[in-house]
Amino acid sequence: MSESKFYGAGFPYLKTKDFPGKLIVLEGSDGVGRSTQTQLLRHWLEDEGFAVSDTGLRRSEMTQAGLDEAKKGHTLSRITMSLFYATDFADRLENQIIPALQAGFVVLSDRYFFSIMARDIVRGADPEWARKLYGIAIKPDLVLYLKADVPHLVSRLIHGRGLNFWEAGMDLYPADNLYDSFVDYQGRLSVLFDQMAKEYGFVTIDAGRSVKDVFEDLQAQIRNLLEDQTIKS
Amino acid sequence: MLRKNDTPGKLIVVEGIDGSGKSTQIDLLYKWLKAHGHSVHFSEWNSSALVKSTTKFAKKRKLFTPTTFSLLQCTDFADRWENQIYPLLKAGVVVLADRYAFTAFGRDVARGVDRQWVRNLYSFALQPDVTLYFRVPLDIAVERITSARAKLKYYEAGMDLNLSESRVESFGIFQARILHEYDRMVDEFGLTVIDGTDSVQKQQKLVRNIVKQELKGWKGLPIPDESVFVYHQSEIK
Repeated sequence: MSESKFYGAGFPYLKTKDFPGKLIVLEGSDGVGRSTQTQLLRHWLEDEGFAVSDTGLRRSEMTQAGLDEAKKGHTLSRITMSLFYATDFADRLENQIIPALQAGFVVLSDRYFFSIMARDIVRGADPEWARKLYGIAIKPDLVLYLKADVPHLVSRLIHGRGLNFWEAGMDLYPADNLYDSFVDYQGRLSVLFDQMAKEYGFVTIDAGRSVKDVFEDLQAQIRNLLEDQTIKS
Repeated sequence: MLRKNDTPGKLIVVEGIDGSGKSTQIDLLYKWLKAHGHSVHFSEWNSSALVKSTTKFAKKRKLFTPTTFSLLQCTDFADRWENQIYPLLKAGVVVLADRYAFTAFGRDVARGVDRQWVRNLYSFALQPDVTLYFRVPLDIAVERITSARAKLKYYEAGMDLNLSESRVESFGIFQARILHEYDRMVDEFGLTVIDGTDSVQKQQKLVRNIVKQELKGWKGLPIPDESVFVYHQSEIK
C-alpha cells in the first residue's frame, strides 16, 4: 500500500503515519436523504460496537459563525465563497476527521469536498483550480453517492423543509422563481456528480426508493468495507 | 506564474518582511499619486470586513493550522480582489496593494504548506505591473519591529510553529524562512528589489521613478474634476 492517502500534497507539515479508522462519505444533492441516512448509519454502527464520528459541511468551529453571517448578505462573491468553504473543510479535516481516523473511528461525512467543488464549478470556478485546492483532502475509503432525479428531490423538499435560496442556486438566477431555479441548478449539479462518480470511484446508490431500501444498500456496502478491516487485523 | 494584467488599470504592489519599511513607502506613494491627479485605490493585506470576525475569533482561540491560516487569508484576499481590486483595475484605476499573493507564498510556505499548492490558490490574481520588494537584512527588521512594538503577537511571531519559547527568537527564525522564500521569488515573479536600509527619501525617490516610468503615456480613469486632472497630468510627465 504505497498509494498516497491524499489527493495531492495533503498537509506536508503533519507527520501522519497510519489511519486505522475508516472514512465513509455520503454524497448527493440537497433533499436526497443524506442526513436521515447518516443518522441511521451512526446508530447502526454504534450498535455494532464501532466508535463513530460524524461531520458535515459548515460545521467547523472556526468558520461557522462567519460563514453563516456572510451568506446572509449579498457581498459573498464566487471565489471568496469557494475559499471560505475550503477553510471550513480544511479545519474539520485537520481537527476532526484526521484525529478521529488516527484514533480508529469510523468517520461518517455528510458530504465531502466533492459537493463544494461541484457548486463552485457550476458558478464558474476553474475545475483545475478546485481540484488542486482539494489536494489537501484525504481519500475516503468509501464514497456512497445517493442519486435521485430532480422531481424526487423537489417532492422530498416541498414535503420537508422547503426550497431554499442557496440550494436553488438563486444567486445564479436572480430574476427567476425558486422552483425553476432549483430544477435547473440541481440538474447541472447532477451532471457534475455523475462525472465525479467515474473520476473518483463513487458507489452509486439509487435514492429514489424507500428509506429502508436505501439504508439496506448502504449497510451492505459498509459491511463489506468493515469486514475487510476485521480480516486484516 | 500569474496571468498578465490585461485590464486598463495599473497594479502596484509592495512586499517585504515585517519591518522592511514598505508601508511607509506605499503611503508616500499613495499621497504623491493622488496629488498628481490619479484615481488611486489602496488595499491592505488582511482587511476584508467579511472575514474579519472569523480571523479575530480564530486568532484569539489559536485555532489556526498552517493550511487554515493560508486559506482564510486567501479568502480575505479574494473578497478584496472580487469586490475592489479587480473591478477597479477594470475601470482604469491605479491600485496600490500593501502585500499581495507573494506574502502568502512567503509566510505560508515558511509555515510548512506546499509551495505549488499555495501558488495555485492565488492563481486567480493578476501579475502586478510593478512589485517592489523592500529587502532588509534580518537583524535590522527584527530590531525595527521589537523596538517599535510592545509585544509581538502570537501568529506574527510564528509561535504556532513551536520554533522557540521566546517570541523574539521565534520571530527571528520565522522571518528568516520568509526572507528565504522572498529571495527565491525575485526571479520567479520578477520582483524589483529596493534596498530597505537606504534613507526613506532615497527609497521614495527611486520608487517614484519606477512608477513614473510605468505610468508614462498611460491614461487611467479620469477624476470628475477635469481641470485638476489635466493640470496634474502635464506635471507628472
